[in-house]
Amino acid sequence: MEYEIDRFREALETLDRVQADAIFFRALDRSNPLLAIERLVVPALEQIGRAWQEGRVALSQVYMASRYSEDMVGRVLPPSDPDRKRQPRSAIAVLEDRHLLGKQIVHSVLRASGFELFDYGSIGREELVERVLADRLEVLLISVLMLPSALAVAEVRARLTARGCAVRIAVGGAPFLFDAGLWREVGADAMGRDAAAAVRLLEGWMGGPR
Amino acid sequence: MTPMTPMQRTLTALGHQEPDQAPLFLLTTLHGARELGMPLQDYFSTAANVVAGQLRLLETYRSDCLYPFFHAALEAEAWGCEVVFRPDGPPNAGAPVLKAAGIDTLRAPAVRDAPGLQRALRAIAGLKAAVGATVPIIGVVMSPFSLPVMQLGFDRYLDLIHDEPGRFERLMGINEAFAVEWANAQLAAGATAICYFDPVASGTILPRERYLRTGQPVARRTLARIQGPTATHLASGRGLDILLDLADTGTAAVGVSSLEDIGQLKRRAAGRLALIGNLNGIEMRRWTPAQAELEVKRILARAGRGGGLVVSDNHGEIPWQVPEEVLLAIRAAVDRWGRYPLDWIDGWDAGEGA
Repeated sequence: MEYEIDRFREALETLDRVQADAIFFRALDRSNPLLAIERLVVPALEQIGRAWQEGRVALSQVYMASRYSEDMVGRVLPPSDPDRKRQPRSAIAVLEDRHLLGKQIVHSVLRASGFELFDYGSIGREELVERVLADRLEVLLISVLMLPSALAVAEVRARLTARGCAVRIAVGGAPFLFDAGLWREVGADAMGRDAAAAVRLLEGWMGGPR
Repeated sequence: MTPMTPMQRTLTALGHQEPDQAPLFLLTTLHGARELGMPLQDYFSTAANVVAGQLRLLETYRSDCLYPFFHAALEAEAWGCEVVFRPDGPPNAGAPVLKAAGIDTLRAPAVRDAPGLQRALRAIAGLKAAVGATVPIIGVVMSPFSLPVMQLGFDRYLDLIHDEPGRFERLMGINEAFAVEWANAQLAAGATAICYFDPVASGTILPRERYLRTGQPVARRTLARIQGPTATHLASGRGLDILLDLADTGTAAVGVSSLEDIGQLKRRAAGRLALIGNLNGIEMRRWTPAQAELEVKRILARAGRGGGLVVSDNHGEIPWQVPEEVLLAIRAAVDRWGRYPLDWIDGWDAGEGA
């Protein structure tokens, strides 16, 4: 399987969609969709995430790999499929920021890994708090590009705490990569250095409340 | 050595010679509003404010350049985007107004018809009248290759690069004409040099092989038509793998990321490119004065010898949240440790607290 994962990852990184499709559908022939996703797609995206962290692949490759993977998985595991993972109740948002690419990549990687979650798009802090409460979220993923948006996470956390909400907050984006201590300063529960980290976090948090 | 003017100091460093001391480009834009005690949106609403703000910043921090860059969204506004202000940071460009199909009939805006760009030109002219040829005035253009992030949205632009080469080339042609007109208008207004912001070119965003097929030819064509010196800025993106490719575009200097070792970049550049950087602008907001001093010393020790270095932040814009005391500490550190011939480096413990 390691060999197949490597070839699938290479196909994604080099944007060889035909080859990626072929490897994925061969995996489907040997198992069911969920197993194919967990044993092939998730590890390949994990490796691409690690390569991104180490500067060995570029964001455009991560984006295209996540887009292809989301498409492939969506064909065999549509949003309504009961095999999709809907726990913990989760959402992803871009906080007061118009830079959406990071959020889109994380969303695609999560969907390519079999998760379903709310996508709030770009949203202000007040509305975000209300949506989190209304949707009874257990996990909130926040993506930002700009420093003031990263700092605004602290206010989101404070408002949610004041309303008795103990949602887990994971943050990601450039300010958190350039200042390794920032995620703790703003009161997040975790920071993802790449999109695949979101998969690990959600899987780790499937066990129960904060 | 006789003290140099900021212009002499900068030109000497960019010519890969050792000036009296390392030039410091404190790329403060938003801080001008703080100096004048006004909200950012008001500050950027007139050229006179930006002139007054930049001159106050020059007096306070003695940066070796003036930086009358308003914000990236100013160019997007010329293309029809909304500018979305916030009180604590640079404004964003609003939702993209261009779709891929719209490229087929797209026409570039004229600089003379864009009020925001005209305001920026008046600011450059006002600063030029104030400082003459003593302080470099840095104009800014978004590269034709990076502008589409605001025109189309990042995801749709990456889709375009990968899936629609014909439309991509057409968009580059249109954007190149605009960038050349905008850069040359700034030079005519009094800018000394143009900073060509090209984050999409960086290894953070694109693999080198695709940059060589896309962003590099765009830069070669565009920079050749800009009638003055240029520096390319990768806005925090990684540049080591494409450093010599950037040199081949005709640019004189490159703004580099704090994610990379500036010593390694200096060796790779091998006298073909000067380096601008690479203080971490995000961490900077919570530095102590002692840490600011240490960070400046690291850069000087790794990349200062022989000239070819301008000490600066790694993004091309210092965040609003960075306090005055940190900026003053950076200034003081360059004054103390940046004087050539930098003999202190030989006795400095690169373990770097000593």
